[in-house]
Amino acid sequence: MFLNQFLLFAAVLFCIGIYGVLARKNGVLVLMSIELILNSVNINLVAFGAYNQDLAGQVFALFIIAVAAAEVGVGLAIVLLIYRNRRSIDVAKANLLKG
Amino acid sequence: MFALLAAETAEAATHSSLYDNVWLVPGLPALSFLLILFFGKKLPFKGAEIGLAAVGAAFLYALITMFTWIGDVQDSAAHGDEEEHSLVVEGLSVGSPVTGSPITESPITESPITESTASVVLTAEDSHGPPRGAAIVNEVEWFSIGSASGEAAHSDDGAEDHDEEAADDGHGASEYGKYPISIGTLVDGQSVMMLFVVTLVSLLVHLYSTEYVKGDRRYTHYFAFLSLFTASMLFMVLSSSTLQLIVGWELVGVCSFALIGHWWEEKPNSDAALKAFLTNRVGDIGLLIGMSILYFAAGRTFSIPRINELAVSGAIDKNTLMIAGTCLMAAVMSKSGQFILHTWLPDAMAGPTPVSALIHAATMVVAGVYMIGRLYPVFYIGFGMDGGSLNLMAFLGGLTTVGGGLLAFVQRDVKKVLAYSTVSQLGYMVLALGVGAYTAGMFHLFTHAFFKACLFLGAGSLSHACHHSFDMKSDMGGLRKVMPVTFATFVIGTLALAGIPPLAGFWSKDEILAGAGVWPGTEGNGTFTIPFIFGIMTAALTAAYMTRVIWLVFFGEYRGHEHPHESPKIMTIPLVILATLAVSVGFLNMPSPFVKAIGLPEGWAHRFEDWVEPASVSTFPSIKHANPSLSLAIFASFCALGAAGAVWMYYKRLYAKDPMATEYTAETGSIMANVAPLAMAHKVLEEKYYLDHLYTDAIAGGTKGPLARFANWTNQNILDGVVNLVGLLSAALGKFVYQFIDQGVIDGSVNATGKSASGLGGILRGVQSGQIRQYASLMFGAAALMAAVLIFAV
Repeated sequence: MFLNQFLLFAAVLFCIGIYGVLARKNGVLVLMSIELILNSVNINLVAFGAYNQDLAGQVFALFIIAVAAAEVGVGLAIVLLIYRNRRSIDVAKANLLKG
Repeated sequence: MFALLAAETAEAATHSSLYDNVWLVPGLPALSFLLILFFGKKLPFKGAEIGLAAVGAAFLYALITMFTWIGDVQDSAAHGDEEEHSLVVEGLSVGSPVTGSPITESPITESPITESTASVVLTAEDSHGPPRGAAIVNEVEWFSIGSASGEAAHSDDGAEDHDEEAADDGHGASEYGKYPISIGTLVDGQSVMMLFVVTLVSLLVHLYSTEYVKGDRRYTHYFAFLSLFTASMLFMVLSSSTLQLIVGWELVGVCSFALIGHWWEEKPNSDAALKAFLTNRVGDIGLLIGMSILYFAAGRTFSIPRINELAVSGAIDKNTLMIAGTCLMAAVMSKSGQFILHTWLPDAMAGPTPVSALIHAATMVVAGVYMIGRLYPVFYIGFGMDGGSLNLMAFLGGLTTVGGGLLAFVQRDVKKVLAYSTVSQLGYMVLALGVGAYTAGMFHLFTHAFFKACLFLGAGSLSHACHHSFDMKSDMGGLRKVMPVTFATFVIGTLALAGIPPLAGFWSKDEILAGAGVWPGTEGNGTFTIPFIFGIMTAALTAAYMTRVIWLVFFGEYRGHEHPHESPKIMTIPLVILATLAVSVGFLNMPSPFVKAIGLPEGWAHRFEDWVEPASVSTFPSIKHANPSLSLAIFASFCALGAAGAVWMYYKRLYAKDPMATEYTAETGSIMANVAPLAMAHKVLEEKYYLDHLYTDAIAGGTKGPLARFANWTNQNILDGVVNLVGLLSAALGKFVYQFIDQGVIDGSVNATGKSASGLGGILRGVQSGQIRQYASLMFGAAALMAAVLIFAV
């Protein structure tokens, strides 16, 4: 079994997620990028679990999927409210906490 | 304390508890003062009943004490006729023949005491009680001064050698260098006499006041102070030490202040109260100095019998006594209204009339005369009355008696006439004491108390009838018809005051004139010519101005606008009692030739003298008694009657011309207007010898002008200069502090803190952009950094 391929893939996926979170202005896309990051973590967990013959990795992955679903639910609700208030989901414009 | 006090025998001891508890006499009114003050307003009679009860009880006690004293004195005198007193002079028993019979004129005198035998004490060798009139002292220690070391007694250089010896045997305590100050009662003839006078007059005044001040706004307060006034005077009368005497003296002054200013809402009344108080302060300085001199001269003791004993024995230097006596005379001048400090006394008429009666008859003003009597040896020896011809006391008394009598002529206010009359009569008492006629002075005090109280209460009754006016000229006249009781008692008082025989004033006045020793055959202590002339003048003056009062008040036509009426019974009863006494008390001291002439028993002669004057004791000087003179009595009476008759004729003629007139005017032919010197004299009298002007304008004004200017100059130049300099210096210092320390250091550091915080904040605020992505990138950067550290460094 080749652990390296999985790890590299997860790393690439993580980097794409990071880029999406940091670079995109669209709130929905930021949320999707976060999903990418979470899934890269899932890949890592499952890959290490299979490598080590341990089920705990897969159990953790399942937890993360559940939490991610909840997180997306909340995140989309926030984005929806922002949109209703501002007619825009540009996160760069949502800077009310600027000091 | 004193050997002579230890000489109380079993006989006297039966009365000792009576004498020991005599403190009740001032104690009861003092208690009544407190009770009235705290509970008076809640009682049905607003506190008057407590005052009456307390003073009544005190009067009864005083009466019992008086009769006991008289009994003791007469027993003692009776024994003195049969037995011999023995006199122990420093252990040597020297038999001294005693001639204490009241028949012979010479008092019981001790053998001449030289200075070397200073510690003369009468011991208990005669078993028949203390010598006639010896004071009975009952003392408790109040506090003590000085250190407990034995050396203090020897370091006391104030006492002379022989004096120290005397002090040692008399006062054991001084051996230990501690000087105990005692408080207690001193009972002798003089204090017993005063107890009787004060309580009786006070009781009658209380009774009279219940009607006179009825409905007054401070009725309860009035009775409270009346009680305190009585208590203070009794406290002073019974004092056994000079310190206690000063305390009583000042208490009397305070009470008179409160009572004169009873109606203080009106300015003149509170002014009069202040004037009385402040004038008395002037004399009190003399009192304090005089008493201090005596304290040190007598080897640090306040004890009155001790001081007197040392003065009599010659242990205290004669010049010291004279200086102390002169200082004490200042106190007498202010308290007993002697020239030139008498000015407060007429103004004190602002108080309620019963208070005036109390002040003038029994309590306040006689305090000075009483004090002279109390310390008589000091004055007698200090002023050299034995064989003298004039001294300060006799002269002041003489001046006062004539000066006051003249002033009484020009008053419109009936109370003021009586006030000046009091000044005049007090002068008479001081004159009597000044010429060495101790008994005559005390007897005049005694008789004067009754007729002057009677006259004052009579004046109060007049004002009660005439709607609170005292003006004889505008509101009175012809009152004899409507006020028969007041008229009768007032006339009796007047006759007694004028010295018309056989009323009380005649006997005492006659005795004083005889005491001056000028009239042939009287042979007093010396030949006091000037006081005698003053005395004769006053006898005439008194009769004259009192006749004027009688005419203006009771005769002629009524000039007021109200309807006068006789006063109620509760006011007239005291008047009748006092008038009765004014008639009768003079008979207490009839001269023996007179008693013989009218066929009375010998024992009726000079009883007052036997009871009051201490004889044959070491605390009283051996004074000579003048012989009574019939021709002098007739002469003085004719002077008085002649003066009264002249005044009577003057007003009679005036009445014939104009029934409503009170004085001769230009139309009726004024003698005043036509004779220039008389008019001038009248003016001087009306201005009261310009003494008030002297005090308020010349002395007070004269001192306050330059004083104010000097104070102003000092203020402007010195005080303000210092203040300004200090101000400038502090301003400069402040500026420096402000500029360098405050602005530079303190504000600088504060500002720097602020600035740095704000600068830092300015830098840091850039970080808080509100951009979530920026926060996220920072977080990721940091996480990556941490990861790198974890991977490479660990």
